[in-house]
Amino acid sequence: MSLNSKIPSGPLEQKWSYYKSHQNLVNPANKRKLDVIVVGTGLAGASAAASLGELGFNVKVFCYQDSPRRAHSIAAQGGINAAKNYPNDGDSVYRLFYDTIKGGDYRAREANVYRLAEVSGNIIDQCVAQGVPFAREYGGLLDNRSFGGAQVSRTFYARGQTGQQLLLGAYSALSRQIEKGTVKMYNRTEMLDVVLVDGKARGIITRNLVTGAIERHFGHAVVLATGGYGNVFFLSTNAMGSNGSAAMQAYRRGAYFANPCFAQIHPTCIPVHGDYQSKLTLMSESLRNDGRIWVPKDKTVSEKLRKGLMKPTDVKEEDRDYYLERRYPAFGNLVPRDVASRAAKERCDAGYGVGATGLAVYLDFSTAIQRLGKHVIEERYGNLFQMYEKIVDENPYETPMMIYPAIHYTMGGIWVDYELMTTIPGLYAIGEANFSDHGANRLGASALMQGLADGYFILPYTIQNYLAGEIRTPRMSTDAAEFVKTEAEVKERIKKIINIKGKHSVDSFHKRLGHIMWEYVGMGRTRESLTKAIELIVALRAEYWKEVYVPGTNDEFNPELEKALRVADFLELGEMMARDALNREESCGGHFREEYQTEDGEALRNDDKFMYASAWEYKGDAAPEMHKEPLNYEFIEVKQRNYK
Amino acid sequence: MESKGLNLTLKIWRQENAKAKGKFVTYEVKNISPDCSFLEMLDQLNETLVEKFEMPVCFDHDCREGICGMCSLYINGRPHGNDSGVTTCQLHMRKFKDGDTIYIEPWRAKAFPVIRDLVVDRSAFDKIIQAGGYVSVNTGGVPDANAIAIRKENADLAMDAAQCIGCGACVAACKNASAMLFVSAKVSHLALLPQGKIEAKERVEAMVSRMDELGFGNCSNTGACEAECPKEIKITNIARLNREYICSKLG
Amino acid sequence: MSNLVNSSIGKKLMMGLAGLFLCAFLLVHLGINLLILLNDGGEAYRMGVEFMTTNILIKIMEIFLFGGFLLHIVYAIYVQVQNWFARPIRYAKTNHSQTSFFSKYMIHTGVIIGIFLVLHFINFYFVKLGIVAVPEGAEGKHDFYNMVLNLFKNPVYSWIYVVFMIGLAFHLNHAFQSAFQTLGWNHKKYTPIINFVGTAYSIVVPAGFAIIPIYVLYIM
Repeated sequence: MSLNSKIPSGPLEQKWSYYKSHQNLVNPANKRKLDVIVVGTGLAGASAAASLGELGFNVKVFCYQDSPRRAHSIAAQGGINAAKNYPNDGDSVYRLFYDTIKGGDYRAREANVYRLAEVSGNIIDQCVAQGVPFAREYGGLLDNRSFGGAQVSRTFYARGQTGQQLLLGAYSALSRQIEKGTVKMYNRTEMLDVVLVDGKARGIITRNLVTGAIERHFGHAVVLATGGYGNVFFLSTNAMGSNGSAAMQAYRRGAYFANPCFAQIHPTCIPVHGDYQSKLTLMSESLRNDGRIWVPKDKTVSEKLRKGLMKPTDVKEEDRDYYLERRYPAFGNLVPRDVASRAAKERCDAGYGVGATGLAVYLDFSTAIQRLGKHVIEERYGNLFQMYEKIVDENPYETPMMIYPAIHYTMGGIWVDYELMTTIPGLYAIGEANFSDHGANRLGASALMQGLADGYFILPYTIQNYLAGEIRTPRMSTDAAEFVKTEAEVKERIKKIINIKGKHSVDSFHKRLGHIMWEYVGMGRTRESLTKAIELIVALRAEYWKEVYVPGTNDEFNPELEKALRVADFLELGEMMARDALNREESCGGHFREEYQTEDGEALRNDDKFMYASAWEYKGDAAPEMHKEPLNYEFIEVKQRNYK
Repeated sequence: MESKGLNLTLKIWRQENAKAKGKFVTYEVKNISPDCSFLEMLDQLNETLVEKFEMPVCFDHDCREGICGMCSLYINGRPHGNDSGVTTCQLHMRKFKDGDTIYIEPWRAKAFPVIRDLVVDRSAFDKIIQAGGYVSVNTGGVPDANAIAIRKENADLAMDAAQCIGCGACVAACKNASAMLFVSAKVSHLALLPQGKIEAKERVEAMVSRMDELGFGNCSNTGACEAECPKEIKITNIARLNREYICSKLG
Repeated sequence: MSNLVNSSIGKKLMMGLAGLFLCAFLLVHLGINLLILLNDGGEAYRMGVEFMTTNILIKIMEIFLFGGFLLHIVYAIYVQVQNWFARPIRYAKTNHSQTSFFSKYMIHTGVIIGIFLVLHFINFYFVKLGIVAVPEGAEGKHDFYNMVLNLFKNPVYSWIYVVFMIGLAFHLNHAFQSAFQTLGWNHKKYTPIINFVGTAYSIVVPAGFAIIPIYVLYIM
């Protein structure tokens, strides 16, 4: 099958309006007859479900948590980008589009990104109307802050809890529709497979996580808003339950999986401090607005700091290496995430790292505190500082924070066309679950923007173009053979995993997978490391299906079983990431192949050979087949990224 | 960093399902790092249970950074344990001493029935929000974000209230299992903003009446909710809720 | 309006309003009781009692007063029972949250006040109504002055009375501030004032009542 991205023709800035004025729509009477399934209640899922409900569709929404409000979008701290140009500093839709494409190292689709920038302003309007309490100036108007990878201030924020406030906005809109009866909510329910009828997505199989009941649900279309798969790495900034299983189920049913190797490593996380650690905590990128990153200039000083013989505050100003400011004078501490992460790794690998493990760098606020006063810093980052202190037991007002990169976001995901439809007709993917907008690296404060753009302003249009053709399809009985068969397969898979009765816990395998991924498919990848990773993952997967122990049964509340099914999928996803990384013989954005770098250690793209999105097709037990979607830059001149 | 591990005795409520009779079971955990979080301590316990082919202790958790509101646990008589302004996932073992005995119970309230062990059903909170915890605007067709200026003071107060994570610690701490702090946080957040003022009357009446139907207790202004709220939401919000409600009923 | 009486907030509102009314009554009651301290052979006190038992306005207010008590008590029981039902399974470990101490024992101090009230009615109000016989030493059913003196000359009775007043103080300490919170009065400038007045009231009023038996017993 060849990939058709369905990008409308015409000039870039007219594509979306052209599409909207020519697409098919569904009339109000018919909307009631159409069922849409939305899986996931993060920013994308909740906003899509609410908007579709408002339009009059019959919506069913699913989440594995106890409430739709728990989705991990809630943890986003820093802010949301929008090309409002309120600060009058020269922002525009084009500039946001340009920054996003450049930030993504020219591996994203132009038309999608332009559309994203175009609707970004509407998102802010919508959220304010919902009562999202964004930060304001004393004059009563909205405040903005700056973020990595941009030279303008276009980030709207609600203290350090922007994701929470936006999600609660979407959740409130969703709650309103639930009350009205247009949306039916299924919480503590996990999707376990997609049901295809005559090649089209027609429903899903779910497990009620409280009772274990396996249920079938019909929909004229199915929307996956299931987030990213960063938890392949075990330790990540994702929630414990975040998983890639819905994406893998779609993949196994024929949806292509695009750019799996593009995973973002966030530069400002609290460093790992023990084997028992279950997750990594992110400190918002906004801290880089005022914090300065450094390590000592002298390795022996670093060593003293590691051993606790010296305090960071004892290191004199002239002995500090503010390496981001040194290497990238134009952007300084505000270079994009991939650049900042790699620079930290480079310093630590060279022996300059601090902290007990040597895998940390300092993020220092002393200059900012001197310049602005403690109260200003407290107002801007008070809750983040408090969070840091609770975890690390050190006061960041007095001593610099220690940070280190960690897996944060996956730019890769299910392949979708301009309409956000996957290669399976009727199956859509939105938000982090798809691959479309961030290329090889996402800019800070753009995840929230993309999730809400997809959910509020894009999918509710594009899905109608498909549903308009489905108005004659009556609601199907879930007793149809395809549903019964898929359900049987799901039950079989559960039975199989429970009956292994091996010797090791699910978590022990997950941790081992995480180590392989971080070691060999992490920040610096090589042909050898990736080949080795594939070998190790295949072996680990084989061992998993022989040796894992899942206590209890299917017919009860059983978190170990939930984890076991997810880790089984991670073991496949990890391999796919390594394969994709091996194939991509260049460095771009979050994907850094050590063989491909410039003399001064910057990522070296190979546009002649790799200016495409790789889309992987499932081939059963055989290796997946890769398809290429060429990326044509008609409106932007492709350059080497330069933040110097 | 090389601090000594803690040896602890845990008394944990185990209950197979909603209908089963539960009981406390005693576990010993050894050499727990003071730098790990409370939930990571439970992870370690669970790892040992799985190694012994036993069912691990079930507890709700997700983001593990204090924002999703999924983790709960009533630890030694306090929701989210003996630290203030944190959720259980942010509670660190350095708050305990070697040899301590720790009682771990689920949230107890009629409106929060136990699902298994320490996991409770908090969907009552969702139902309260569904009754009216929103501004009734559809997607699209809204005015420009800067069309209405909002006093910074009010925006800040609204944000203070909007920080509620819906964890239910207020209900768990309240001697009456009242949900007033939760309801007041949402009512206040929206009542303080011009966007929310328009349907403030309908909202407060609908939310309070839903809260009452769900079997929560009555507020007796004890202040336990405020003391235990991981987001330190103030009971001044409850006064505002009372005011909004009374004015709405009289007006 | 119906919800204003039945809803959780409505019930508390009723309790609070009734409570504040009772607080006002307590001040009047205390004012008259303190006349005993004048040491004028009870003349001022008798005049006060005379006014309170015959004035038509007071008679009308008395109905409201009983209504207030009844409302406060009935709602208290109703609310308390509901609160118990809201947590059918209790915690094994008692709550350690930092809370206002007295608020946790409102029902207990309320019961203490209730018992006192019964005693108080038997000693005075029922005598006035003629349900209880006029005690020895009093010159008729309106001679509250001698009834008071006789009772307070008994140290056991007096000390029990003082203990009851301490119970009342505990109750009032939370009640006064709580009523304003229930009414929706919370303001960063005025709430501290209310809290101060409330605490002062809860100390001064019961102390005022308690001074009388001590005065009768040890000074008069």
